[in-house]
Parts: sequence; C-alpha cells; structure tokens
Amino acid sequence: MPQPALAGARAHTRVRAMLVALAALWLALAALSDGLFLSPRNLVNLAVQASPVAVMACGMVLVIVARQIDLSVGSVLGFTGMVIAGLQVEGGLLAAPLPWPAALLAGLALATAIGAWHGAWVAYARLPSFIATLAGLLIFRGAAWLVSDGRTLAPLDESYSRIGGGLSGTILGVPLPVLVLAAVALGLHVLATRTRFGRHVFAIGGSPLAAKLAGIDVRSVTLRTFALSGALAGVAAVLTTARLGAGANSMGTQAELAVIAAAVLGGTSLSGGAGSVGGAVLGALWMQSLENGMVLLDVTSALRQVIIGFVLLAAVAADARSRGANR
Amino acid sequence: MTAPALELAGVTVRFGGVTAVDAVDLCVGAGEVVALVGHNGAGKTTLVELLSGALARDAGEIRVNGRAAALRSPRDAQLAGIATLHQHLALADNLDATANVFLGHELRAKSGLLDELAMEREARALLERLAPGFAALREPVSLLSGGQRQLVAIARALRLDAKVLLLDEPTAALGPGERGRVVELVSRLASESLAILLVSHDLETAFAVAHRVAVMRRGRLVAVRSRAELDPASLAALIVG
Repeated sequence: MPQPALAGARAHTRVRAMLVALAALWLALAALSDGLFLSPRNLVNLAVQASPVAVMACGMVLVIVARQIDLSVGSVLGFTGMVIAGLQVEGGLLAAPLPWPAALLAGLALATAIGAWHGAWVAYARLPSFIATLAGLLIFRGAAWLVSDGRTLAPLDESYSRIGGGLSGTILGVPLPVLVLAAVALGLHVLATRTRFGRHVFAIGGSPLAAKLAGIDVRSVTLRTFALSGALAGVAAVLTTARLGAGANSMGTQAELAVIAAAVLGGTSLSGGAGSVGGAVLGALWMQSLENGMVLLDVTSALRQVIIGFVLLAAVAADARSRGANR
Repeated sequence: MTAPALELAGVTVRFGGVTAVDAVDLCVGAGEVVALVGHNGAGKTTLVELLSGALARDAGEIRVNGRAAALRSPRDAQLAGIATLHQHLALADNLDATANVFLGHELRAKSGLLDELAMEREARALLERLAPGFAALREPVSLLSGGQRQLVAIARALRLDAKVLLLDEPTAALGPGERGRVVELVSRLASESLAILLVSHDLETAFAVAHRVAVMRRGRLVAVRSRAELDPASLAALIVG
C-alpha cells in the first residue's frame, strides 16, 4: 500500500505525537483528581462537550490548509442554531412549527449557503478571508440575537434532543454527538486525502501559482472549502441546540478561537499546505480535556483561560521549532 | 511535407509603446532542439510567457502541428500540446512527486476516489524513462534536488502528451553536476520526437544540445543558424550585435 501523498508520513508522526500528548494529559489529570477524571461518566461528558468544536475543526483544517481562515464559524453556529430552534418551537419563526427533520435540514442548508457566501467574497471578490469572515462573525452574531430578539427558544422536540446525547441519546452506549463526530471526521479525512477536491486544496496551500498553472480552478475550490466549513458549523449547531434542548443566541460565542486552536494544535500549518483531520480532532479533544480537568480541580474560569492561552503558545512554539529543524 | 511541430509567424507583443517581441518567425520541427538566446530584455521571456498562455499577442499566428493555437490561458497551451517548464518549475512543494505529476489531472478509481496505485505506477514508468532509478515518488518534492524537481515537471509535461516542450532556463537552478544530465535528457526527449525550444543564458548548454540556435535582440529575431555554422565567438557577436 503506498503512502498517501501530501507528506503523509509527517501527518502520521503528528497524530502519533498528539496521541502521546493526550495520554500524558489524561494520566496527569487522573492523578490530580484522584481518578475522577478517568471515570466513564466524565469521559463521556468530555467527548460530548468536545464534539461541536471538533466537528468544526475538521472543516477548519481544509480552510487553513488552503491558506485561508474562517473566523465566522462560532457566529454561524449561533445563527443557524437559532433558526433551527425557531423553526421547530411554537410561536417561533413560522406560524406552524416544522417537524424537526425539516428544521434540521433547513439549518444545514442555511449554514452551507452562508459558508459559500463567505467563500464567494474571498474567491471571487478577492477579499482577504480574515476580513470577509470577520464581517461574518459580526453579522451572524447579531443576526442570532435578532432571530428572537434575544429570547431563548425552547422546548425543542424530544426526538431531536436525543442528537445532543442525553440519557436516551446513545447507540450501544456511545452518545450520538460522538458518533456524529466520528462520521464527520472519517468523511473529512477521506475527502482530504483520497479525492481530487482534497488534493487540490493541499496543492493550493502548497503553491497557489502551481495549482493555477496545473489548470486547477482555484476560485471554485476555495469557495467550496468555505461552504464545507459553513456546513460543519451547521452540524455543530445541531449538536449544540439538541444538547441544550433550546436555542440561545450566545451559542458558539468565541468557538472560532477554540476551533482554530484545535486545528493548529493538531498540526495544521497557518502558512498553508499541511494539516490533518485526525490531528485536529485530537487537538480539540486535548483542549477540552484540559478545560474539563481544570473544572474538576476547581480552577477558576479566569485562571483556566490564562493556562489554556499559555499551553497554546507553548504547543505552537514547540511545533514551529520542530518544523524549522525539519527544514 | 509535414508541418513543423511549432511555427511562429509574425508574432508581435507590445507593452504600451514598447515592442517586446517584434514580428518573430520561427519553426521548431519534431525531434529538433532549437536554443533561443539573447541578453536580458531581448524578448525571450516575453516569448515564453506568450507560448505558455500567460500573455496575449498583438499580432501574428502560432501553429502546433499545422493547427492554429489560440493560447489564451495556460490550459489552452496545454490542450494545444505546448508544455512549459518554468524556471521555477511551478510545483506544489508540499505534495510528493506522484501527486505533482498528476496535479490537476488526477486519476480516479471507479469509487470516485483517487487511484493512488495507478498514479504511482504511471509516474514510476514516466520517471523511469527519464531517469532510470528515480525512487523518490513519495517524498514531498521540497526534499528533492533541483534536477529531480525538473524531472518531475518534465514527467508532468509528457503525461499531458505535449508535442512542444518549452524549457525556460533549465540549468539556472542546477549545480554544475546536474547540467550534463539536462543536456542528456533534452537529447533523449528530442529523440522521442518532441520539439524543444530551449531558452537560456547558458550558451555552453545551448551549444551542447541544440540543432539550431536562434538569437534575439531588442525584440527581433536577428539570426537563426545551425550549430555547425556557429562558434562561441560568432554567437557572442550576434547576441551583442
């Protein structure tokens, strides 16, 4: 079996290193919490909490690999979550509530369209993605509030809420959000490494000029990458609203930062051309483990932020050094 | 009598008031190597950009195997059968040799997924033909030598069934040891009926490999001589004018 292209060996090394780092963190937190951290209940909790960010990180990997950034994912999560909730509660957006599958599909379609819209600004109007998606961050955070004038929309359909992974939301003991994450990660991994689209995303990240001279439609690939990122923000919106059993306009606030951090921790290079979906999922799990462990240890929220910030800095600095050494 | 592989007739490019390429007529036959030499600013680079589809011409006609070629984009040039090896090669450095050979034209299996095995097999065969023993099919091309990177770019051109190969300063980025290999390679490609236009400052390489040498000066083609008629001194005199 040949190695997949795109420096597959380096991606594998990275995923292995992340697994070791995750194991080390888990053991440390288990020791500090007298084993509480590794209790099955806490691990299930941890996995469910990490799912929305990990799902979005899978798409962010491709966006960053293509030398772009998507700052809008947290706001798109908030807005589409509010729309999904608004479509299925009494007295919401419509006179008669929609059945939850219709609301869910409408939300996914909306999120995909918003992603494509950002992509069009970047690919065709040639705006820097930082600016186009920063505008999206503001627009859709405000729009999330406007959907219901800031009211929380509840209750959501019970069947729908199972997707959030409550007591009845498991298959063979595995919470549904974790299954959704597994499916998304597998699908995105195949897309990134085994399809023309994924190959072209990596080629653009390696050299936009080479990609263009090879006849790749760089603009179309860029637009589709953003549409995918939007779609996954929609999936994260479903997981979040289902878990809350409600739509709250603050959902996803600052999630873009956790998503980008997860992708970078997982080995995605901000200069483009390198990254892996598996690494990003592990990056999201690692960050959520640290957060969750510190909560168990009664670390205050302010101190948690300080620590996570330093950890991110240290991880990326170490990564920059190892990349430099490889050159 | 068959048409030449590449034929330029009255080709002219102007930038504002400056005529960068002035009514150039030039033919390159299948299996022939023509070296295009001249000072910086003589119009060589403009001609390369034109033939690779990166630049439009103001007048004249370009024919490949007797068929007029529009060359409005890099894709047009590819379809017309003109492959360009840019000086900087235009490879995606993060991808491996196989992926670069197939960039933009990846093979797919029935499942719709990339057919890595078939691509590796074909890339191996192509590179084996160019350089027996080329083993680095799965290394990112950033780790390859200048000569190996050039081979990857040539393999890509051959895969696209090029009739005309345009080599822009192929020895500029290479060590002295690798120059000899370029000469050998260019001769081998010509013997496989490719028409080769070699644009170079490197007169030594031009002398070693070309059947004919074309000299440009201030946008005009001032001389086309067979190698037998030239010696380094007379060539230098033609370049300086």
